[in-house]
Amino acid sequence: MFEYAPAPESRDIVDIRPSYGLFINGEWVEPQGEERHKTINPATEEVLAEIGWASETDVDRAVQAARKAFTTWSALPGAERAKYIFRIARIIQERSRELAVLESLDNGKPIRESRDVDLPLVAAHFFYYAGWADKLAYAGLGVDPRPLGVAGQVIPWNFPLLMLAWKIAPALACGNTVVLKPAETTPLTALAFAEICRQADLPPGVVNIVTGAGATGAALVAHPGVDKVAFTGSTEVGRQIARTLAGTRKKLTLELGGKAANIVFEDAALDQAVEGIVNGIFFNQGHVCCAGSRLLVQESIAGDLLEALKRRLATLRLGDPLDKNTDIGAINSAAQLAKIRELSAAGESEGAERWSPPCPLPDRGFWFPPTVFTGVAQSHRIAREEIFGPVLSVLTFRTPAEAVEKANNTPYGLSAGVWTEKGSLMLWTASRLRAGVVWSNTFNRFDPASPFGGYKESGYGREGGRHGLEAYLDWNHR
Amino acid sequence: MVSTLTTPFAEVATSNASLRAFLHGLPGVDRVGADARAAMLATRSIKTTAKGQAIDLAIGMVDLTTLEGADTPGKVRAMCAKAVRPDPADPSVPSAAAVCVYPDLVATAVQAVEGSGVKVASVATAFPSGRSSLEVKVAETALAVAAGASEIDMVIDRGAFLAGDYLKVFEEIAAVKAACGRAGGAQRENGAGGAQGEQAAHLKVILETGELATYDNVRRASWLAMIAGGDFIKTSTGKVSPAATLPVTLIMLEAVRDFARRTGRKIGVKPAGGIRTTKDAIKYLVLVNETAGPDWLDPDLFRLGASSLLNDLLMQRQKMATGRYAGPDYFTLD
Amino acid sequence: MSERLVVRKTYKLFVGGAFPRSESGRSYVVTSAKGDFLANAARASRKDARDAVAAARKAFPGWSGATAYNRGQILYRVAEMLEGRRAQFVAEVVQADGVAAKKAGELVDAAIDRLVWYAGWSDKIGAVLGSANPVAGPYFNLSSPEPTGVVAVLAPPMGPLLGLVSVIAPVIVTGNTCVVVASERAPLPSITLAEVLATSDLPGGVVNILTGHQAEIAPWLAGHMDVNAIDLTGATPELAVTCEESAAENLKRVLRPPAGPVDWLVDPGTERMAAFLETKTVWHPIGT
Repeated sequence: MFEYAPAPESRDIVDIRPSYGLFINGEWVEPQGEERHKTINPATEEVLAEIGWASETDVDRAVQAARKAFTTWSALPGAERAKYIFRIARIIQERSRELAVLESLDNGKPIRESRDVDLPLVAAHFFYYAGWADKLAYAGLGVDPRPLGVAGQVIPWNFPLLMLAWKIAPALACGNTVVLKPAETTPLTALAFAEICRQADLPPGVVNIVTGAGATGAALVAHPGVDKVAFTGSTEVGRQIARTLAGTRKKLTLELGGKAANIVFEDAALDQAVEGIVNGIFFNQGHVCCAGSRLLVQESIAGDLLEALKRRLATLRLGDPLDKNTDIGAINSAAQLAKIRELSAAGESEGAERWSPPCPLPDRGFWFPPTVFTGVAQSHRIAREEIFGPVLSVLTFRTPAEAVEKANNTPYGLSAGVWTEKGSLMLWTASRLRAGVVWSNTFNRFDPASPFGGYKESGYGREGGRHGLEAYLDWNHR
Repeated sequence: MVSTLTTPFAEVATSNASLRAFLHGLPGVDRVGADARAAMLATRSIKTTAKGQAIDLAIGMVDLTTLEGADTPGKVRAMCAKAVRPDPADPSVPSAAAVCVYPDLVATAVQAVEGSGVKVASVATAFPSGRSSLEVKVAETALAVAAGASEIDMVIDRGAFLAGDYLKVFEEIAAVKAACGRAGGAQRENGAGGAQGEQAAHLKVILETGELATYDNVRRASWLAMIAGGDFIKTSTGKVSPAATLPVTLIMLEAVRDFARRTGRKIGVKPAGGIRTTKDAIKYLVLVNETAGPDWLDPDLFRLGASSLLNDLLMQRQKMATGRYAGPDYFTLD
Repeated sequence: MSERLVVRKTYKLFVGGAFPRSESGRSYVVTSAKGDFLANAARASRKDARDAVAAARKAFPGWSGATAYNRGQILYRVAEMLEGRRAQFVAEVVQADGVAAKKAGELVDAAIDRLVWYAGWSDKIGAVLGSANPVAGPYFNLSSPEPTGVVAVLAPPMGPLLGLVSVIAPVIVTGNTCVVVASERAPLPSITLAEVLATSDLPGGVVNILTGHQAEIAPWLAGHMDVNAIDLTGATPELAVTCEESAAENLKRVLRPPAGPVDWLVDPGTERMAAFLETKTVWHPIGT
């Protein structure tokens, strides 16, 4: 046997302070409230730092700072704003190794992903939107698109720094200022980003970071000084935010849950389809809103495909997120692990067959093995509810029409996958899927130039590309 | 001739139409996906004990090769000495798997490696282009076997393959395979696994993937070679660019994996050409480990066709042993 | 010689291409701007709204699947039919809004022209709002607008024809189907428009028109889980808040009421179309 020796990325490169305050108006300030919370490494349960949680007063301070900064920031020529954002992109590239390690420590994701996926995309996103800052009049959004004001942004824990980039880059490019709240379990890279803003000499108040949990986020989105709200997270919270904003003039974009179908037709390139299925549901431990959590496989190849899939899953390497050979890292939190366990138990009790490859789990930390449920019916909870973990539900279909019908039979509509070597069938299927992103013969690819966002209860608005500007501009004024 | 074969899938080779139907019925290969998978596996970090293990494994899988018009008996003897004992200063270094030479130098090589366990492979069948008649190819194979080659590296007729004449390619492989087994190769070298005494020379089928244009063709050619009786499928002659690549080798490893699943027969894989560094070699081993599986991490089922690679493996091995970076002056250039 | 008695029209609902009465059997009195009795219009109930949503949903696959060219042709056909009934609409607008015949004529003309304008958008909006995205990898990446689905439309109280056409056309030209709650005060032109729609090759169910009390019907549409979006243009501020809150339940796309009075005569831009379009991005590898 060829055993890969441990190949851990050194964590010496990151310098985590014992405690962090809030980043408001370009300064580190202590939260007014007494609440301090520990952020931990989910792979070891080791405490990484103490984080202050922002109260309503703190949020107000941050919004005031952003409002004040808006006047000058929005008046800056686009080309000057662009240069600040380019600077940020460069600093991210320079510090990418450090940020990748920090992300893996705080989030639990494998270093291979934070290094090869998250960080390159973060830098690319800032580069992309930096270039828009002085070209907004050419974006097809009217000749004089104007910034909205202060953007209140709430982001999730699954791609902490990448979601920050998706929110902050277009907001700044369009001339808005930002108050951003990172997720309570993964604040560290957002706080490192605050330092990057300082290194870039970004004017105080243009970016403000307030840490905290749901109450902080609720205070932010409800704050009357906020003109635009952008949220990525659960559909349930998205609903609450939409209700909160009813009757206001705040512009809202929501990127919420998903239960994506990954459809494999009988003529698919089988080996690549297997890779796509694996990447679709086991990338980032399945903590992906657009994860391909429902495999719809044509009955005629279901046996072969499942055999190949199981063989492939047996090669997945679960363990230390900082090990460069790790494929599956830690589940982000105890709460998320409990939810995955609960839904998996429901899958079993509803009669689906559960399978995992032999996969020893570490003693400490939060872990869940890659899991496949076969014999799943549309009515099972594991086929309907977002699990947000490394759990795949396998269903079969007989005809293309049945595949599309099953794929669309969900309140969600974020993404979908189609695997076929037949171009016309691919386009036929893609055109009928009610989903914002359709990956054909690939899955979970992202690019700053490519719009991302959902249909139906997966939210509204797009992030990325020219479309992503729309959310941060007032372009309907006439 | 075809009907006498007992290879698996022989029934699909009853006509060009049935061969075509079979080969075109194989699942397609998406180039971008295959490239991405190979690139991901290339990021595996093989360090410390794993690296040491990999280096020795790789040394033992090298088919040390010289295929030049300027080859001489002296050059071949020197290379054979290097294959038998890669590092004269360190007897713990394993021997290479084989030496690979032109047919006229087989006898020289057989003599040079005698008793060492190192096998002698000979290219044949109008290498590298394959542009000759079947009679010449069979005769050349028979001569190489008669001279003592225990392995024959044949080239397929890429022209026939690309023209869709799969049956012609199949029949050539089958004929060369038959020539490999014909009695009379008296001084054949039997390697470590050769307890059965007189056995047929192993047939490595060179697909010359650099000329096959698509990954779909690589998959089809792999299956064609396997059902025609090849013991190994090999990427390249080394005379065409690109030679071996990770994604092409990935596709060939998938083919042998699937063939074994359906027939129980394990076919070997040999990337050849362009593999020069330890880092490259380790990437191939990772590919083998995570595609065909650990069973293939064996010189009987995986070879690296190379020449300069061996010295880099030795330098890396020494670096691991001494903790110092090695220099080329300390390794022989044979 | 006695004057001939006019044969009056019964104003009913327009659902699934048919003209049913309200299932509730109710009606309400519609008067002219001057206060004269005009008709007893049907007063739609929540169940009528439910039936209208079902009709709109049923029509969605066919309408959204029709070619853009075909949808454009049909909208143009609506304009043709409207032109043919110009005099009737002028009379109805005069009655409803109390404007002079000349002004009413301008408004009807503008409504016809607006339909022609939107008809032309059917096969152009994709090029304007879509994009080919240069991603950093070997992938073809294309974003195209697609219709959101079933859209509830609260028609504006003023502008009984121009306002109505200006909210319906941008919704359907891109492939959505809709349930329109007509102006409560001046619903009659909407039913006459329905007669035009019914004779313009527009498939039944693409546009469904309900007359009655917006405050009664709209919340049912806003809360309906099979409605994908809601246009609150005609809603009062209070109704708009209620509807927006209900709309959150299934994350409906919401077009909020305009901040001030709307001049329906100005170029509407692409905003109304864009409000009821989703962007679908399709990836595919590029390789041999």
